[in-house]
Amino acid sequence: MSHARNPGTPPDFAALDRLAVNRPATERRAATLTARRSLKNVHQAAWLVNAIRCMDLTTLAGDDTPDRVRRLCAKARRPLADHIVAGLGLEAMPVCGAVCVYPTMVAPAVRALEGSGIPVASVATGFPAGLMPLDLRLAEIRYAVDQGAAEIDIVITRAHVLAADWAALHDEIAAMREACGPAHLKAILATGDLVTLRNVAASSRVAMAAGADFIKTSTGKEGVNATLPVGLVMTRAIRDYAAATGHRVGFKPAGGMKTAKDALNWQILMREELGRDWLEPGLFRLGASSMLGDIERQLDHHVTGRYAAAHRHALA
Amino acid sequence: MPSISEVLDSMDYGPAPESADHALKWLERGPFGHFINGAFTAPDALFTTDNPATGAPLAQVSQGSAADIDAAVAAARAAFGDWSARPGHERARYLYAMARHIQKRERLFAVLEVLDNGKPIREARDIDIPLAVRHFYHHAGWAELVVEEFPNHRPHGVCGQIIPWNFPLLMLAWKIAPALAAGNTVVLKPAEYTPLTALLFAEICTEIGLPPGVVNIVTGDGTTGAALVAHEGVDKIAFTGSTAVGREIRRATAGTGKALTLELGGKSPFIVFADADLDAAVEGVVDAIWFNQGEVCCAGSRILVAEAVAPRFEALLRARMGRLRAGDPLDKGTDIGAIVHPRQLERITGLVDQAQAQGATVHAGTAPQGCFCPPMLLTDVAPANIAVTEEIFGPVAVMMTFRTPPEALELANNTRYGLAASVWTENIGTAMDVAANLRAGVVWINATNLFDANAPFGGMRESGFGREGGRAGMLAYLAAPGPQGRAPLADSPAPVPLPAGGGAGGGIDRTTKLFIGGAFKRADAGQSWSVHGAGGDVIGQAPWGSRKDIRNAVEAAAKATGWGRATGHERAQVLYFLAENMDRRRAEMTEALVQAGSPDPAAEVDCSIRRAFLHAAWADKLDGRVHATRSAHVTLAMNVPHGVMGVICPDAPALLGFVSLVLPAIAMGNRVVVVPSQTQPLPALDFGQLLVSSDVPGGVVNIVSGPRAALTRVLAAHDGVDALCCVAPPEVCAMAEAEAAGNLKPVWTESAQRDWFGPAGQEAVFREFAVQVKTVWTPYGA
Repeated sequence: MSHARNPGTPPDFAALDRLAVNRPATERRAATLTARRSLKNVHQAAWLVNAIRCMDLTTLAGDDTPDRVRRLCAKARRPLADHIVAGLGLEAMPVCGAVCVYPTMVAPAVRALEGSGIPVASVATGFPAGLMPLDLRLAEIRYAVDQGAAEIDIVITRAHVLAADWAALHDEIAAMREACGPAHLKAILATGDLVTLRNVAASSRVAMAAGADFIKTSTGKEGVNATLPVGLVMTRAIRDYAAATGHRVGFKPAGGMKTAKDALNWQILMREELGRDWLEPGLFRLGASSMLGDIERQLDHHVTGRYAAAHRHALA
Repeated sequence: MPSISEVLDSMDYGPAPESADHALKWLERGPFGHFINGAFTAPDALFTTDNPATGAPLAQVSQGSAADIDAAVAAARAAFGDWSARPGHERARYLYAMARHIQKRERLFAVLEVLDNGKPIREARDIDIPLAVRHFYHHAGWAELVVEEFPNHRPHGVCGQIIPWNFPLLMLAWKIAPALAAGNTVVLKPAEYTPLTALLFAEICTEIGLPPGVVNIVTGDGTTGAALVAHEGVDKIAFTGSTAVGREIRRATAGTGKALTLELGGKSPFIVFADADLDAAVEGVVDAIWFNQGEVCCAGSRILVAEAVAPRFEALLRARMGRLRAGDPLDKGTDIGAIVHPRQLERITGLVDQAQAQGATVHAGTAPQGCFCPPMLLTDVAPANIAVTEEIFGPVAVMMTFRTPPEALELANNTRYGLAASVWTENIGTAMDVAANLRAGVVWINATNLFDANAPFGGMRESGFGREGGRAGMLAYLAAPGPQGRAPLADSPAPVPLPAGGGAGGGIDRTTKLFIGGAFKRADAGQSWSVHGAGGDVIGQAPWGSRKDIRNAVEAAAKATGWGRATGHERAQVLYFLAENMDRRRAEMTEALVQAGSPDPAAEVDCSIRRAFLHAAWADKLDGRVHATRSAHVTLAMNVPHGVMGVICPDAPALLGFVSLVLPAIAMGNRVVVVPSQTQPLPALDFGQLLVSSDVPGGVVNIVSGPRAALTRVLAAHDGVDALCCVAPPEVCAMAEAEAAGNLKPVWTESAQRDWFGPAGQEAVFREFAVQVKTVWTPYGA
């Protein structure tokens, strides 16, 4: 990840009490946002390739094994079939933004990705619930970094948000940021657990003030995953933070996104709310597993004019 | 076409045009005639309708003549008998078929609308057409239910409908669907600039086998519309368009007996409080004034923002404006399309230039060359700037600041219009307070430009009267029972001031005064006239009220604002107490009526007392409604009083006529200025004593006797009078309707004999006319 890091800023907890987020209005905007923009032909294909560049190709399952992770890494290195790359007129095979795994899977991932330039991201801090003692969570971060993870996707303590204990939330994330060392910190807010958009808005601000390099919607394990209204609230927080501090924080929706259409919609949201710069892997990631397959099928269709079948593409 | 790599670099959206081929193919059916009596006439007197985005001609359509209107009205009249007599279910089937047939070719409708109007395809596709379809479905339902839900009501007959160019198909749906559901037949004139979707709709009428003459569509310009308004065979006119034309129509229909509803212009406030979700409010502005190129009658064009957040709000808003894409309306990524016609673009730029000359700072987004207008925000404006007072009908918002909620309301209500308003705050108390005190027919809380077939839409003040949508909208196409076929009221001679003797004859002299602001006042002119009893004897003197007394009475009424804020229960208590005191003075009132020549004085007093009870009963029961619209939206239709009403009483019955008109008006919270019977004003003037002793606050009822026609003219023309109820001879009613065009106050007139003693004297229409519907939308979500 090449982007300048976010050093954090002194928190302004009082300002959080004045946050206003109107849910129906946010939902209305989210609903029309993607209907207001349309991508066709070459433009659609290019935006889908960009989605691959920004994708954290992810496996976070109890049955993950080193071999399973290696297969995923192979797909991250060669996300598209050769005929598609040629048909698109790309000079080189695009690669995924990162591979995202559990801490014990970092080492095999790092080995499998050697020489590719693709970073390994690791979840940590007692993912997905995060309800472990803080020292163990910090130790887990250090372990993952030690194993070679360049990015750490931490989970926040939802209880701090639900109790509006912003200082506790801030200090916890700041400690995690320190534990990350050179690795970039992505703060998973688990917005499905936070429920209200005000909670999302407030915790986004606390996480950024504590030095998160990215804020991320979900673990993929909550009842509700990444939704566009939540994305709107988080990107607006990023915009405000950048305007106030000059520091640019990245955004990662994760969980439940399965289709190429999702990939386009999230990118449209980024383009509209934050601008062109937030369509680069340094500031935008899509946390997904099965989305890549749909993107590959869509691009195959773009290239050949025929609808593709999943079994003709390499499995992730 | 750029390469993938180039797009990966720019990450531009690229073009995403909707194909116009299908629509252009359909247009080859032109040139078009009118749709009269189920068939298209031979094209004649052709004019061209253009695509405003390109300037290219689209089709030739016919300029409707008076003869065409005549033929259309004749066809509608011939069809009316059969159509109105059909069971509601049969009419429902046709309305259902209209909905389905529009849906089956929604894309053609959407593209045709874009070509003709210049609006973005996204809006036509996602808003105009679905709402139009919804309107036909909803009114298929009303057709089914009209008999049981509106007992004793009847359709007007032939409705002349004139619609604007900003939402051509949607406005057609708003007009035709309720008219047909109620059993009327229709002659509709689409706007000169945008006739095409109406012609496509005409084809649907044929396809579904709609009986000939039920729907007739005559294209043309304003002269065609004028011919329709003037046609004697039309029973009701419904117009949506500019306030200026609405005013002409009000004058043209005055005294003709035509029912009238007007949906006119606006300069709707968009109020942003400091605790609002500012990002949400910014998107609200996008949906308010940068929707449909700002060519929206209810557009939130006057932004009022709390000083505390004004700089931040302006920064967010200008950044958002900069991201709007103006351009090819057929492109699916276009936010702002073409202005409907170069003449409209000229009007917009002309007003912006004037605003700038008056000190406004203009911030503008971008737009291509041609008939396009960039989104604009005008700052450094005050209520005295032309851009704040005039409806621009373009993508131009003005922004001002306020300090407190009362000041926000004061600024918001500082307009001749009263169509819509948008309120942004996270505080429900603030939101409801502002909604309650805004003079607007529609209030959106934390939202804007929400529409639904089941939500009444329409204005107050110079934004017109009548509602479209929901139950209130159906009432605009139904006539109340009324005194049909009864003899017209005869005029009585205007009173002549003294000296035409008469006196106390040795007893204590009786002095009857005007009743204004809760006090008895001598007439400003310093004159009285002698009132003659049934036998011709002088029974007393009445004050000879004049222009200035009306002025004073309206001022007093305007000040009595507490009455409208009182609870229905409080008003009921006052009215019950009034009834009690009437009962106490029964003998005195009866004697006065004996002198005034009442045919049955005791019965008249008795009936008056009962009527006071009746309207006391209604004071807290004319409930509004909660309409089913969208999920997670509370859509309230509140019955709110007009404010100051003028009431012109019939000559007879002198007391009961007065009571029957005044009490429902005040029961609903209005204050009234009443002109009592011209021949027998004394019983009404004496009523002032009762009002004082019954705790009716000063200014709620003001009574000015005198020459009826002269006083009516002053009241009708008074801009501070919000509504007028006039029971008088035909020529007085006609004059009142014409004079009311000034501030476009709603007028209810009646020139026929009515049995005031029977049920007709307490018809629902009296209380229904005393209120107007304010629709308040509140989307909710935690």
